[in-house]
Amino acid sequence: MTDTSSSGTQPEASVSTGTKSTDKQTADAAVAAEARRRATRRGIIWLFTGVAVIWLFAIGVDTSISSTFDLSTTTDLTLTVPSAATVWVLGGVIVALGVLQIVRPLGASGYLSVLVVILAVMAFLTWAGRDQAFSLVGMLQSTVTRATPLALGALAGVLCERSGVVNIAIEGMMLFSAFLAAFAASASGSLWVGMAVGVFGGAALAWGHAGLSVTYKVDQIISGTAINFFATGITAYLAASVLTSNPQLNRSGTFDNWSLPLLGDIPFIGEFLFDNNIYVYTMYVLLPLVTWMLFRSRWGLRVRSVGEHPRAADTVGINVLRTRYHSVILGGMAAGLAGSFLPLGSVGSFQEDMTAGRGFIALAVMIFGRWNPVGALGAALLFGFAESLNSKLAILGTPIPSEFLLMAPYVVTLFVVAGFGGRARPPAADGQPYETN
Amino acid sequence: MKVELRGITKRFPGVTANEDVDLSVSSGEVLALLGENGAGKSTLMNVLYGLYHAEEGEILLDGEPVTFESPADALAAGIGMVHQHFMLVPVFTVNENLMLGNEVTRGPLGKLDFEASRERIVELSRRYNLAVDPDALVENLPVGVQQRAEILKALYRDADLLILDEPTAVLTPSEVTELEGIISALAEAGKAIILITHKLGEVMRVASRIAVLRRGRVVGETRPEDTDEQHLAEMMVGHAVKLVVDKTEAAPAEVVLSVDGLSVRDDRGFVAVDDLDFEVRSGEILAIAGVQGNGQTELVESLCGLRTPLTGVVTLDGADVTGAPPGDLFRLGLGHVPEDRQNDGLVGPFPVADNMVLNTFNWEGFASGPVRDRDAVHDNATRLSEEFDVRTPSVDTPAGTLSGGNQQKVIVAREFTHAQRLLIAAQPTRGLDVGSIQYIHARIVAIRDAGAAVLVVSAELDEVLALADRVAVMSEGRFVGMLEGDRIDRNTIGLLMAGHATEEAR
Amino acid sequence: MTVDDTSDGRAPDPGEHPDAGGTTQQESPTPPFWRRAFDSLKVPVLAVFSALVVGALLIMFTDEDVLYAWARFFNDPLRALERSATTVWEAYSALLDGAVGSPAAISESLLRATPLILAGLAVAFAFKAALFNIGANGQMIMGAMFAAWAGFSLDIPGPLVILASLVVGTLAGAVWGGIAGVLKATTGAHEVITTIMLNFIAGFLLAYALTTDAFLPSGTGNPVSKPILDQARLPRFISGERVDLGIFLALGAVLLIWWVLERSTFGFQVKAVGLNPHAARYAGMKVATITALTMAIAGGLAGLGGATIPIGPTGTLTAGIIGFLGFDAIAVALLGKSNPFGVLAAGLLFGALNAGAVTMQAETQIPVDIVIVIQALIILFVAAPALVRAIYRVRTGDAESPLFTSSWGSG
Repeated sequence: MTDTSSSGTQPEASVSTGTKSTDKQTADAAVAAEARRRATRRGIIWLFTGVAVIWLFAIGVDTSISSTFDLSTTTDLTLTVPSAATVWVLGGVIVALGVLQIVRPLGASGYLSVLVVILAVMAFLTWAGRDQAFSLVGMLQSTVTRATPLALGALAGVLCERSGVVNIAIEGMMLFSAFLAAFAASASGSLWVGMAVGVFGGAALAWGHAGLSVTYKVDQIISGTAINFFATGITAYLAASVLTSNPQLNRSGTFDNWSLPLLGDIPFIGEFLFDNNIYVYTMYVLLPLVTWMLFRSRWGLRVRSVGEHPRAADTVGINVLRTRYHSVILGGMAAGLAGSFLPLGSVGSFQEDMTAGRGFIALAVMIFGRWNPVGALGAALLFGFAESLNSKLAILGTPIPSEFLLMAPYVVTLFVVAGFGGRARPPAADGQPYETN
Repeated sequence: MKVELRGITKRFPGVTANEDVDLSVSSGEVLALLGENGAGKSTLMNVLYGLYHAEEGEILLDGEPVTFESPADALAAGIGMVHQHFMLVPVFTVNENLMLGNEVTRGPLGKLDFEASRERIVELSRRYNLAVDPDALVENLPVGVQQRAEILKALYRDADLLILDEPTAVLTPSEVTELEGIISALAEAGKAIILITHKLGEVMRVASRIAVLRRGRVVGETRPEDTDEQHLAEMMVGHAVKLVVDKTEAAPAEVVLSVDGLSVRDDRGFVAVDDLDFEVRSGEILAIAGVQGNGQTELVESLCGLRTPLTGVVTLDGADVTGAPPGDLFRLGLGHVPEDRQNDGLVGPFPVADNMVLNTFNWEGFASGPVRDRDAVHDNATRLSEEFDVRTPSVDTPAGTLSGGNQQKVIVAREFTHAQRLLIAAQPTRGLDVGSIQYIHARIVAIRDAGAAVLVVSAELDEVLALADRVAVMSEGRFVGMLEGDRIDRNTIGLLMAGHATEEAR
Repeated sequence: MTVDDTSDGRAPDPGEHPDAGGTTQQESPTPPFWRRAFDSLKVPVLAVFSALVVGALLIMFTDEDVLYAWARFFNDPLRALERSATTVWEAYSALLDGAVGSPAAISESLLRATPLILAGLAVAFAFKAALFNIGANGQMIMGAMFAAWAGFSLDIPGPLVILASLVVGTLAGAVWGGIAGVLKATTGAHEVITTIMLNFIAGFLLAYALTTDAFLPSGTGNPVSKPILDQARLPRFISGERVDLGIFLALGAVLLIWWVLERSTFGFQVKAVGLNPHAARYAGMKVATITALTMAIAGGLAGLGGATIPIGPTGTLTAGIIGFLGFDAIAVALLGKSNPFGVLAAGLLFGALNAGAVTMQAETQIPVDIVIVIQALIILFVAAPALVRAIYRVRTGDAESPLFTSSWGSG
């Protein structure tokens, strides 16, 4: 035999299991070391956050000052805490988490990162509301309202993309349906008719998107761009040529809030969660329902299979193209619902370009929510919170220009996509047209 | 059950993939469909499975003509297929994959009944001796187990005819043996089986009948007991072929590539190459044999500057090139024929001429500073096309429109001209016709004789045996044996590939 | 050894690679140049034509007179047809008149084409690297903002301040595009999302800038910047017409980008990365660097386009100075099929459409927004050649449009 290890030129070429196991450990150790470095880096960020919170929001605040949070708009339920001490506690917890993470990496650090952000925001609110009354319930109510179109819009994205069709036309679908909803509600005098027509409008554009991207295999982003263009143009054109000369066709009004029996009577929580209009309740029902359907029902299994591995779905007899059509149109209906919220759930009429980028934010919400409707609901609440925080801060008179506050959600989205998008895993066949034979 | 194909003709634009094919298979029978890559085996089976529609001919099921508009129709008729590239959704569990399209549901919303289907899977696993955990995610399963899941998937749908498309391509020898047992057991249980393969040994062991396909036509039908491997091979390729290259004894000189303690991670973060040490000398060919997916890809990528090693040192002519970018390595005399030529070796829409300078486009001679010298690129391509026998209408033709063999020749022409010191060729002849294989093998030997060190990575034993001066067998990221001279033989390599690091093999 | 008769080098792989093998056997001789040119023009021309037809329908059926005439169709069918034809005729002839009907109209068209060509190049150049730059709008805003700032605050001689403005504007756009490029290259964040976000951020930055003393003339609350200094304005070259030297900048950029793509090693890498990033990486090209640089260059082009507006026609900076030009640029790039000269032609067409629409609105009260609809339809028809083929039953020499949509998260 002429194996080289015996001849000496290749001392380690052949196997000797005993020595190799330690080498295996070196390699594993290198992997572990990098994971450890990442964990430590995260801990350091938390530590700095905690220190910054205390530095900015506690140091220099008179210990006698307290912050008052209004917990109800109808009763005088309030929560009063000493400002500096509260911030010290909140910041201290963050610092402690950071130190722990550095010393011995904690599990579930993703969730802990969210907790750190929440604690930091609470500290910030305590500081911003020092020496005055701050309507916590008002801010939370506005969070829920602002989250509604984002969550429903994100649902549209989830439905499309789970079946493998990228949808950047949520914005256009929302805008188009906002116009139709306002117009139909004003013309018919019924908000319900407006809502139905809005949903139909979203579905109609989605049908176009499906036709272009599924049947004609146009790049899905180009198709989406064309639809956004079309929606912007047609609504602006029709608003200018029809609505301005017939203002009676643009007075839809809004759905009333409806306090849920029992739930609506819960102090504080009931007030911002269960005293809302039909859209908010639809959101509560629809997002968990669709999540359940996606992961537990035959329909969902098939939709996901088409988005992950369309050829596998095809070989077991699932019609890939039809499934994608259905999903995209369902998504369009969700976008239509989201769009009709703007005139019918919030503003009371159509205004040119009234979506103002919400469809794009919805896209970020979808990614943030990891292509999961319930996740999207959480993300939408986060974005809604950021928006309503902005408006409240303006009232509190913080010395930050309003443009920067308005910019914040977009900057956050940028960071989210850059920092988070790399790790979230979209459906494997997202964006790829399916060629049947 | 008896399935017959009569006079099937399937055409693609410009190509007739199947011409007037007659075949039949009955319950309890294993029909081997034998043919080279590109002989039209898969196309034929996709016609039977309803994925393609034949231009002419008919399919008969127990004597009745049937038409399959889609796989759903074929499935309903009891025909199941295990594809070469598994049709399993990686992020689904085995249970979800098996029930997909055949779901058991409860209630008005279509709630999936996982329990019912799990019971059925467990029962089938037991009956056919196919152990699979129904709740495991497919992406976490080894390839062999995924294949069992695929077979179960067909059985779950009550398939009476199972089509297995190149089922052993990704298996280790011991997994192959296991699969062969499964196939025989299924046939005994009354299933009809069509086994698509180009491996002769397999056919002789498990088939009850053999149909040989060449260039889309059935060129012969026989039984294992009436034939032998040599005869089958001749039927497959049309004449007697021996994959032997004229080559002289190697004359290894100085060490060109030296690898010390190299570990590399794969895309999922697992250690795919585990502490390798080896050298390749000028004037010798080191072949790395092994079943695909044992770290060869990651090894080659790390040697070519495409993947940062986790640990270890790589030197080229004594210079430390660990983690050096590919551009630098090319200038040091590396040539790299990548494993996946269509994806990694060529820019399909670019003309042949541009592809021939894809990694030397900014070298002196092809560009001055930032300005390309398009005449020089054109002349270079004309010269190389002639020298390397690239059949192309012109050097301005998009490379993607050439045949597989000619695409590979474009890459070979490009890489061999700057592989002055080291040539790394991964699966250099996969899927090529015999003529191209012979040509490329001769070229590899020629560049060895010109003084380059050559590292060939191949999953084809024949290729390894034809080319290698030394053979390293790779399994699970390590070399489980290093063979030289007359120690290089089919049996030993096979054993080592299966993970038997026998005392003898050392 | 024997040589197989299959080794003619053309053996297709009919079984496993039907498509790859299929094309080789029907190798047809390359058609003559004029034939290819004609084929490649079919889709754009038919796309524009179809969009105008649909636009005409929209004009007809939102016109009250026309609707009234149609309502009485059975009483007077000719009248309905006549009213429809007249309305469309009036609208489109006003459009044509405003676009090319007079030296002044041509001057306006060229003026509007300038930023469209530059921003169209920005989108087209990114397309070449398979990047979808939806961010031209934000990049133009940044370019306009910084160019304007240089134009009203640097009190240096004319040619220098113009040069400074253009350079600063280009750099600002390049930074804005570069952010998306670097994010894509380092984290894999999809450029479509990041550039959309950067558009909004740029818009708010501009709005903020127009509240600061650095930009506003003292003592006004109006969000209109200080006027650009006279010596900083782009010179006009036809007396009495507003068209300025910006159009030559655009022409120069077209030639430059053509040269970069067709003759330079950098352009070679950009195209290789766009057509097959895997092969580009294997060939030793630094895909991440090229991605980042391509986006920066694209941003620079858009920034330059934005810069030509405040120091050219408007003379001041306002919050709405860019409007949706960056989105029109997408349509320009698509219609021009990402070819620099195609972009030039498409930019001139869109410039003319935009200029004509203003005249049309003034003369016939049809809102200018109709042009957005027409542009959307053009994108649609250009992007879906199959649709055009189906409608007109023509053969076109087109490959299908490329795919940009890799998944959001990872690059």
